[in-house]
Amino acid sequence: MKTKALAISLSAALALCACSKNEATAPAAGATPSGQGPLIVKLGHSAPLTGPQAHIGKDTEYGAQMAVDDANAANIQINGRTLKIELMGEDDQADPKQGTIVAQKFVDAHVNAVIGHMNSGTTLPASVTYANAGIPQVSASATNPEYTRRGYKTAFRVMTNDEAQGKVLGEFAAGKLAAKNIAVIDDKTQYGEGIANEFKKAAEAKGAKIVAVEHTDDKAVDFAAILTKIKADKPDLIFFGGMDPQAAPMSMQMKKLGLTAVLLMGDGGCTADFLKNAGSSAEGQYCSKPGVPTEQMPGGPAFIAKYKAKYNAPIQLYAPYAYDAVMVVVEAIKRAGSADSAAILAALPKTSYKGVTTDIAFDEKGDIKDAAVTLYVAKGGQWQQVETVGGKPAAATSDANPAPAAK
Amino acid sequence: METFVQQLINGLTLGSIYALVALGYTMVYGILGLINFAHGEVVMIGALVALAVYKALAATLLPPLLILLIGLAVAAAVCMALGWAIERIAYRPLRNAPRLAPLITAIGVSIVLQQFAMLFWGRSYHSVPALLPDTSYDVLGARISAVQIVIMLAAAASMAALIILVQRSKLGRAMRATAEKPEVAALMGVDANRIVALTFIVGSALAALAGVLVSANYGIAHYQMGFLLGLKAFTAAVLGGIGNIGGAVLGGVLLGIIEAMGAGYIGDLTGGVLGSHYQDIFSFMVLITVLVFRPSGLMGEKVSERA
Amino acid sequence: MMQDQKKKVLGIALIGVALAVLPFVIGMGFGNAWIRMLDFALLYIMLALGLNIVVGFAGLLDLGYIAFYAVGAYIYALLASPHFGLHWPLWAILPVGALIAGIFGVLLGTPTLKLRGDYLAIVTLGFGEIIRIFLNNLNAPVNITNGPKGIAGIDPLAKNIEIFGYPLHSLYLIYYLFVALALLIVFVTMRLENSRLGRAWVAIREDEIAAKACGINTRNVKLLAFAMGASFGGVAGGLFAGFQQFVSPESFGLFESIMVLCMVVLGGMGNIPGVILGAVVLTVLPELFRQWAGPMQMAVFGQTYIDPESMRLLLFGIALILVMRFRPMGLLPSSRRKAEFEHAEEGAQA
Repeated sequence: MKTKALAISLSAALALCACSKNEATAPAAGATPSGQGPLIVKLGHSAPLTGPQAHIGKDTEYGAQMAVDDANAANIQINGRTLKIELMGEDDQADPKQGTIVAQKFVDAHVNAVIGHMNSGTTLPASVTYANAGIPQVSASATNPEYTRRGYKTAFRVMTNDEAQGKVLGEFAAGKLAAKNIAVIDDKTQYGEGIANEFKKAAEAKGAKIVAVEHTDDKAVDFAAILTKIKADKPDLIFFGGMDPQAAPMSMQMKKLGLTAVLLMGDGGCTADFLKNAGSSAEGQYCSKPGVPTEQMPGGPAFIAKYKAKYNAPIQLYAPYAYDAVMVVVEAIKRAGSADSAAILAALPKTSYKGVTTDIAFDEKGDIKDAAVTLYVAKGGQWQQVETVGGKPAAATSDANPAPAAK
Repeated sequence: METFVQQLINGLTLGSIYALVALGYTMVYGILGLINFAHGEVVMIGALVALAVYKALAATLLPPLLILLIGLAVAAAVCMALGWAIERIAYRPLRNAPRLAPLITAIGVSIVLQQFAMLFWGRSYHSVPALLPDTSYDVLGARISAVQIVIMLAAAASMAALIILVQRSKLGRAMRATAEKPEVAALMGVDANRIVALTFIVGSALAALAGVLVSANYGIAHYQMGFLLGLKAFTAAVLGGIGNIGGAVLGGVLLGIIEAMGAGYIGDLTGGVLGSHYQDIFSFMVLITVLVFRPSGLMGEKVSERA
Repeated sequence: MMQDQKKKVLGIALIGVALAVLPFVIGMGFGNAWIRMLDFALLYIMLALGLNIVVGFAGLLDLGYIAFYAVGAYIYALLASPHFGLHWPLWAILPVGALIAGIFGVLLGTPTLKLRGDYLAIVTLGFGEIIRIFLNNLNAPVNITNGPKGIAGIDPLAKNIEIFGYPLHSLYLIYYLFVALALLIVFVTMRLENSRLGRAWVAIREDEIAAKACGINTRNVKLLAFAMGASFGGVAGGLFAGFQQFVSPESFGLFESIMVLCMVVLGGMGNIPGVILGAVVLTVLPELFRQWAGPMQMAVFGQTYIDPESMRLLLFGIALILVMRFRPMGLLPSSRRKAEFEHAEEGAQA
């Protein structure tokens, strides 16, 4: 599991379930179109609501809840019945074991669709349960490529995966940063190793030379030994696949050892904590985040204002993605004219939805098409946007300074 | 060559840190035969208390070195009180219990301290200000920073002080007597409870020192920083022969150097098949090999079969 | 005598009925998610009983026990998943898993024969870490374990079936499988406990030299303890893999080893009902707590002051201290150990 505290760790297990009364949906599917009362649909949402990532989990749930409220307010008619969605929020603790238990709960409740979970670590094992039950799953935040690579027809995601991000990072390093000799370090986690491997491939394809590959783990604080080894290989760029608790001391130890290479990181290091903890050594280091800064999303500014008005809190991370994940399912129900799992499942691949985050369409695996990645550089104690690759260009203010995820 | 020297310096720094923490383990083990699993957490508390002091004094115009020393003093005081309390609450009532019982309470204490620290200081990593001069020196092309030198000196000095304490002082004699046979020591007028409590207090003061130096070296502190460090230090203590003060330092320094050299050279030695991700395996293999030939560690005395 | 026999049979029958009905009661009352929890509790019972052989019977402190669980899980994952394209049946894999885990047990036991107490603890801890690191790293240069990504798509232990037209969820079948195997393990350990081998273990635990002097081949007996404990762990691991249908190295960290050790010691080392109790208590209570701590604080204080997750850990830590403080032999101590202990105390005071 990638316990990406700040990064893509958002599992909205949004179980779209046809409420406890299964008969309620059956007529909606066709037989008796003249509805009696609203068509009640339950959406499950699963994220860590307690533990270290609780704030991000809650943020995700808020995003999903906002979408639910908006959909309900829109008075959507399905075969003459008003669509009424209920959100069933569960806490999976970011724990894979707990994730499967929550998944079981949703299946027990006869859910018709699921969105999530928040972390890749919970999403992966839970996806087996959903696939077996034939319940569509749309994750708003699990970035592990594996999630959509296992041949489950039920797995979808509205977020850029690590593979796409690693590729952009590799091309950025060899291209814009013109790095010739690159050293790669990863933390031997699913996330870190995955993104580092994609980075390597892309950078090599662009003509850069990988001069060293080193590994650490996700609890280490001392990188002097591997950095000393790397120093002898004289790289001009070091890529680190891992999280900020390792990235920050790594950046400091690079300076101490007199390594002048630039440090480039994925979203795991693209945090406010990195800037705070790496101190002056952070200056000039690069990182990337999946997606577009919230301010620059097509519906970004409006979403920020609405979210603020509703919850009186800043967006932590993936609320807009969770919002879109819910909406993608709602759209699928609309197109299918039914809230049946099978009907939603059939409609999802044909999604073409102008979401808050971007225009959403799925490729054959269930991944979002034309996924965006944004690159940042640390300047004056802030992450400043360098460029955004892919995605739908928005009404962008190029000098916008996206606030990295607050902890 | 300069890479090798640098790796040696890296290893010595890491090793001195392990040694400082290992001394605390070994003190307690030497007298009680008990693994104080919570020792790593005491190190963590020391680091975080010192950090709180730094923050409180940041606005004053005191010289950084003085702030550091005040932080260390406060941290040491808090840790000594903590060590004393841990012994009273979690270990003393179990002195005659089965051997595994205090191990479990130690784990309990460790969890409780971690969660307390988390509630108190939060989950995020804290950045520790650089209070020691940020200078580094060239040694044969390699770099060594002032902090690293301080750490190595501190480890050596602590070892020397402990050896003198145990071998030369009256308190030390009482400690040795208690370790040998508490009942007999009691007959000789040694208050075993007091001696054990004092051992914990001394060990905890060392933990505070270790905490301050570790956080100064890495520039960060966190409520979980103690656990893994404690484990490594425990490994070091066993490697050197647990219960032996010189052994703790030797084990610590050796483990640090093994780790640094392992991370630095395994890849080259195996033609790239194994890499730095086998560093920990390498260290454990060395440990197991040493223990196969010397079951009581490098400097541990041959324990009588019926320990 | 007859009366006792009758009572015993009646008791066993009652337990049997209770075990058979339990999932339905829980399933009706709380939903299938709790059956899943129950299945996990059974897995931990098997693990704890396995560790109990090493720690409780033979007195060898093992801090890396989870390694065998990992070995079993990965054997199942490799032999029944698309990873190598193998799809062996459960009944073929479990013995293989048990055997290989047992071999690993001997592998761990051999270099540590001479070590005592805490030296053994640190070596076993290291062994556990070595296994985990290997599992994490063996995806290059040759991909065996799929590294940190773990192995997914593992063949399920059971499928949903219909009995007399009534659908039965796979969780129920898995439950019965787990109960059967747990009972088998209970039975085996009970027989072992009173066997010649079991007594040899106790002899080693109490005094290795004396045991040797009595003609016990301490080397073989110790290795057997490691091997048997390990093979139980291997079986439990295989079941875990098939149950989760996903394994990754992070499920086999040091904390899991410590948890299992806590189950054994807390419940009552060396005493089978005690160990079972320990496993159940430490699996179910935290889950209950996880679900109630938040709402309870909300109800009482109107807001959550302490995150339920850290509160859970906090109370877990406090519980460890308190139980050991007031019941140092565990919740249900073994009568033999209790007798020995009290005797020793008297001796000490005399």
